[in-house]
Amino acid sequence: MSARCLETGIGRNYNMPHKPINIALAGVGGQGILTASDVLAHAAMLAGRAVKKSELHGMAQRGGSVVSHVRTGELVHSPVIPDASAGYMLAFGRLEALRYAGLLAPGARVIMNRVEIHTISEYSGDDYPEDVEHTLDGLDAYVITVPGRQIAEGAGNARANGSVLLGALSTFLPMTPRNWAEAFRRVLSPGLLEVNIDAFRLGRSWMSVRAK
Amino acid sequence: MGTSKKRLFSGNEAIARGAYEAGVRVAAGYPGTPATEILESLAKYEGVYAEWSVNEKVALEVASGASIAGARALAAMKHVGLNVASDPLMTLSYTGVGGGLVIVTADDPGHHSSQNEQDNRNYAAFAKLPMLEPADSGEAYRFARLAFALSEKFDTPVLVRTTTRISHSRSVVTEGRPGRPRAARMPAPDPAKYVMIPGYSEARHEFVEDRLAKLGEFAESFEHNRAELRSKSIGVITSGISYQYVREAAPSASVLKLGMCYPLPAGMMRDFAARVKKLYVVEELDPFIERQVLAQGIKAAGKLSRPGFLPLTGELDTDTVRAALSGSMVQAVPGRASGIPSRTPALCPGCPHRGVFYALKKCGYFVAGDIGCYTLAHAEPLSSVHTTLCMGAGISQAHGMMKAIDASGDDTSWMKLAAVIGDSTFLHSGMAALLNTVYNRGSGVVVVLDNKTTAMTGRQAHPGTGATLAGDKTKHTDVVDVVRGLGVRDVTVIDPYDVGALIELLSSHGSGKGPRVIVARRPCVLMERKRPPKPFAVDAALCVNCGDCLDTACPAISRKGEVVTIDPAQCTACGICAAACGAGAIGAL
Repeated sequence: MSARCLETGIGRNYNMPHKPINIALAGVGGQGILTASDVLAHAAMLAGRAVKKSELHGMAQRGGSVVSHVRTGELVHSPVIPDASAGYMLAFGRLEALRYAGLLAPGARVIMNRVEIHTISEYSGDDYPEDVEHTLDGLDAYVITVPGRQIAEGAGNARANGSVLLGALSTFLPMTPRNWAEAFRRVLSPGLLEVNIDAFRLGRSWMSVRAK
Repeated sequence: MGTSKKRLFSGNEAIARGAYEAGVRVAAGYPGTPATEILESLAKYEGVYAEWSVNEKVALEVASGASIAGARALAAMKHVGLNVASDPLMTLSYTGVGGGLVIVTADDPGHHSSQNEQDNRNYAAFAKLPMLEPADSGEAYRFARLAFALSEKFDTPVLVRTTTRISHSRSVVTEGRPGRPRAARMPAPDPAKYVMIPGYSEARHEFVEDRLAKLGEFAESFEHNRAELRSKSIGVITSGISYQYVREAAPSASVLKLGMCYPLPAGMMRDFAARVKKLYVVEELDPFIERQVLAQGIKAAGKLSRPGFLPLTGELDTDTVRAALSGSMVQAVPGRASGIPSRTPALCPGCPHRGVFYALKKCGYFVAGDIGCYTLAHAEPLSSVHTTLCMGAGISQAHGMMKAIDASGDDTSWMKLAAVIGDSTFLHSGMAALLNTVYNRGSGVVVVLDNKTTAMTGRQAHPGTGATLAGDKTKHTDVVDVVRGLGVRDVTVIDPYDVGALIELLSSHGSGKGPRVIVARRPCVLMERKRPPKPFAVDAALCVNCGDCLDTACPAISRKGEVVTIDPAQCTACGICAAACGAGAIGAL
């Protein structure tokens, strides 16, 4: 019987737990989170790793919260990151980092972009939490704040800040620059390629020189 | 292995690829999350005719016609869409197929974007059809590819069931080579098979029961029903996405993985049960598999036999399954962290619906709503949609309310009753409801929200857009013509940005003779991504901080203390907040 999905290991006869690398990407609809997670997942696939990603989309256009889960390793089962298991989070805004803090594993790295987008419900009384970094520290996570827009401007377009964050994240992951370049090529349209790959490289350099 | 044929496919893309390689020739559906991308992906393949039908019933009938002509055909829809298609479905089980017919139902455990979380595996048992349930994109691809041959071999439509996590998660699929599509031709008449009247349907029912027994035997050796033997103490019967949670939560457990969740392989289950000390059934939503397991006299622990083992509502996840299998009490999945402002989806800045619902609210209407982006108007602070049931229900429900209230003679409070419906929803099933109102002497306001697209699911085409799924120009159906054709005399077309005109129209009462239809016409703001002329701003000197602008629920407007600001990056200068402002404090920069 060879009804096996070799790509994801259905039927493979192991009985020890596998621990994939779990990365959450969180933000507001319209920030390019799904594209960034597509690039990330493709890079992992091109590196020969098993990879799954999931998100809840359909509401992304309407200013709703978006979180994408990317899991990669030798074997990945659930496409959803279990609670307290994400070793990394890319946060496209401070509020969303806090919103999905439950996903973070102890000692997780949160690569956070400097952006604030207010919600309608703040009008109804909930307050935008001022002290987001402090609350995240309380959860045993390392927060690295990236001036994504600034760095992206250096590459030619402030909107490429998602690629800057990916570049910063890439220093922690086993995929090669070649995997990443091919991933960008597969996901983005040709017109957007150059500025985003540049933004990625700038983000990667920026993170490389920082203490981790 | 080279990476050139490896793709990161969503379950939906994988189904489309599998169907394409199997030579599917005709595909029909209606947009609905999480099924939408199946048709959109199929439309990109050479040699596949893919259409958005006006609704799911028509879509399944179209696909069945192609099947009668000998072509392989596919219909795809979300779970509630199968309700709409259930009339043809139930009798297609009797007629069987010509070319293979595959029906994809994309369920939504956890109601991420639906009005309910019904478990469509029940349809397989109800209609007596085989149902395949993939556990990731790789299986979605394989199952879609083999389903057509299965359909032809057993002369049965085949159901393929996914859930949001399968349809919208991406995992690696290796593409294969496409086969040649079967030629279709005018069939020779075969009334005993296709004309379902009492004389013929009796024999077909016998055939259905017999076929089900044969499928049960087939299930015993179906390659995608597989016992994975590991631990002798714990065994789990499972299928679909639940399989992934089980494998991650309890990697050493033995697993009976069902690729076909109906009918079930009784012998295989009995054999598996005998090899483990404790047997569990792990599945989302209904105890569909568990019922069949217990009916075979096999002892197993599941949500039916052990209440609290797993929840009957919502989707599962790794942690919940782990807790259940280790005997801990299962907690409900915790909600969002406290103290964080919620970010529920809202109408986009510039959405034309905003004008309509703001006006309905100002005029004090009870609104019988329907399914679409406009359903979002139910939320605070607009709070202007008061019922939502299913496609086309707003008009019918309003009619029923009116008849009930009006029956007492003097009560004219029903005049503050409005039904709202989107253009795509109207063409899906609202036409029949409106005709009913006209024919059965109903009255009241009906607002057709004509934003020239099927917006919520990603702005798909429909008969009112003048283009097909494939992008071909076609007859453009004007909603106003349809409404008039149904016999409505009182029809007004209005620009929903013109809040003043809307309020004036809604403040007056109609003649009470027949429905008043208002067609609020303006394209969805996301259709044309133009830079607005000049964003609007709040003049602090004039602002009296009354909050009326905030009542329009525009995401671009926020208040901090006493200062109200409009985010110029989001503002599209629609002017609705300016119309709401009583102090004249809002205008172009």
